[in-house]
Amino acid sequence: MKNLRINDLHVAVGDKEILKGITLEINRGEIHAIMGPNGSGKSVFSNTIMGDPRYKITRGDILLDGESILPLKVDERARRGIFLAFQYPQEVPGVSLSTLLWTSINARNTSRMDAAEFQKRLKKEMKRLKMDEGLTQRSVNEGFSGGEKKKSETLQLSLLSPEVVILDEPDSGLDVDAMKIVATAVKNYTITHPDSCLIVITHYQRILRYIKPRFVHVLVGGRIVKSGGYHLAREVESKGYEQFAGEGNACA
Amino acid sequence: MPVRKERIQGPDIRRYEFRTETKPVYIAERGLSRRVVEEISRMKKEPEWMLRLRLRGLEEFMKRPLPGWGPNLSGLDFDAITYYIKPEGKATSWDDVPREVKEVFDRLRIPEMERRALAGNVVQYESESVYYNLKKGWEEKGVIFMDLDSALQRYPEMVKEYFMKCVPINDNKFSALHAAVWSGGSFAYIPRGVSVEMPLQTYFRMNERQSGQFEHTLIIAEPGSSVHYIEGCTAPRYDENSLHSAVVEIYAKEGSRVRYTTVQNWSKNIYNLNTKRALVEKGAQMEWVGGSLGAYITMLYPCSILRGENAKASHLTISFASEGTWKDGGAKVIHAAPNTQSKVIAKSISMEGGTSVFRGLIRINKGAVNAKAHAVCDALILDDRSRSETYPHNEVLEESATITHEATAGKINDMMVYYLMSRGLKEEEARSLIVLGFLDDVLREIPFEFAIELNRLVRLEMERLGAVG
Repeated sequence: MKNLRINDLHVAVGDKEILKGITLEINRGEIHAIMGPNGSGKSVFSNTIMGDPRYKITRGDILLDGESILPLKVDERARRGIFLAFQYPQEVPGVSLSTLLWTSINARNTSRMDAAEFQKRLKKEMKRLKMDEGLTQRSVNEGFSGGEKKKSETLQLSLLSPEVVILDEPDSGLDVDAMKIVATAVKNYTITHPDSCLIVITHYQRILRYIKPRFVHVLVGGRIVKSGGYHLAREVESKGYEQFAGEGNACA
Repeated sequence: MPVRKERIQGPDIRRYEFRTETKPVYIAERGLSRRVVEEISRMKKEPEWMLRLRLRGLEEFMKRPLPGWGPNLSGLDFDAITYYIKPEGKATSWDDVPREVKEVFDRLRIPEMERRALAGNVVQYESESVYYNLKKGWEEKGVIFMDLDSALQRYPEMVKEYFMKCVPINDNKFSALHAAVWSGGSFAYIPRGVSVEMPLQTYFRMNERQSGQFEHTLIIAEPGSSVHYIEGCTAPRYDENSLHSAVVEIYAKEGSRVRYTTVQNWSKNIYNLNTKRALVEKGAQMEWVGGSLGAYITMLYPCSILRGENAKASHLTISFASEGTWKDGGAKVIHAAPNTQSKVIAKSISMEGGTSVFRGLIRINKGAVNAKAHAVCDALILDDRSRSETYPHNEVLEESATITHEATAGKINDMMVYYLMSRGLKEEEARSLIVLGFLDDVLREIPFEFAIELNRLVRLEMERLGAVG
């Protein structure tokens, strides 16, 4: 049972301010979508929540259940239940996907998962994601296709059972079939984990049709320029981000 | 930084560095002289030709200067070293090994490993073997596996035919020294067409301070045979330096397959200066797999001479250069026949001020038509105090040959650390996993029993670093 509050978040990369005051509240069981054009700060936003050391918070706070997570390192945030499915998942040569999964499951849980149980769950989830089982023996993300990378991120989500889930462009680089599989798995996750918070960051509306967020926020120029219900996603899709450009500036 | 000091002495590393009170039956006088060499030969009741060979070695050694390249060896005091220490007894059953010595190997889990995973086992303590055993069945097939001193007594003609023919006495200063004072090591003979399914292993242990160990390994694989030979080594840690200078000679005859694996974990006061070479005949396959963890200064460049058509060699090594240590390693491959192939994969990790040097020599002789050579040399440097150097040297005298060389040197990628930490791994766990991943393609070639050990040691080293940095 978690809720995530982001208060007036300002983030800089070097001297350049990328996020210019973001305030959001995501309660348990809610699905939020953040939509925005390229360069609007979507990935900086998601990585800042995860604790990426490249980004510096100059003002504001991120609270998990009322407690600031800013002093926490990346791994501590992960162990508190925050999970980021990366837009461009990092390759780790020589470390197999199954090693990564097994190590991270045991890092997050205080009691060790039984190896047989792990294999069983892994098989089940991979089948659901229509993943080739051989993939678990390959180095994490190395030589994976775009679809395999996104599925691998989704597989990690399913097996790690986090409470705060951020999906950074889970649909980019996917063909329609793969996108449907990933979207269905995510939707399924929200059903089996009704207390989790989910943030989907995306450029396009198409994946939202499956995930059905209750809240949609439009991020332009480092600011949330508009928030609304699911209908807002359709509006963005039909009219584009141009219409918000003025609003972004208006707040400046 | 007192914290660091204590970490270095961490309990698991110390497991190898313990010292035991054992009484040798004979200790040669310190330093090197004709008298010492003659005494070693006399004690061993060797044939006359071996004594003459030893004396030639001594003469060569005295004549030659220290190598004018590579690590600084000036701290090596040849007069302070004891060149021959004879331990008590020689047994073919663990029960007959003197209790104090047996305890050493029990602590290193050697008998346990033999029971589970080996076809044969030779165990050397100081200058000579204290135990050797070849499991039932192999002897009937004509396999010979014993310490080389015993082999010299029982099969003098065979030893004479091969001993220091692949690595000549005058190859280098340390092969000459080795010829003069060699003792122990192992002799493996695999008859035509015989495949020894489980590995043969030799384990070397140095215990006394300021001593030298000069074991000689002779492996003869007759046509169509196959064998996997493994060496492991450890020693306690002293303030004074000790010297280990081995020679390994491998004869891989037509169509045979030899794999030589070594996991070196000498304590960090040992000069480890070795010469290892294989003659690889037509259609034969030679594989060198090495994990180099310990020692103070290491110089080791295993060499494969591919002298028969379609002969193949692969050299896979990983090495760790940690605080105060210098790893000077590499590989040499001579392609001397058509359609020969070689692969070199070398991975090094430098940390805490350690230095890793890779020297590669690949020569493709005129007439080695369609020879193929591929070398990969990757260095991971974990901090700003540590160094890595790579000196690849290719000599290609044959136009139809292909040779490729890749080298990378770098630090741990921060994005990898971030990615793994985002899955809940602590920073040091993430770094350790990345290092293991970096070593993976070599680690997976190291036999299971050793891989576990290596994995564990790597993790320990990483945890230690994590705690420091």
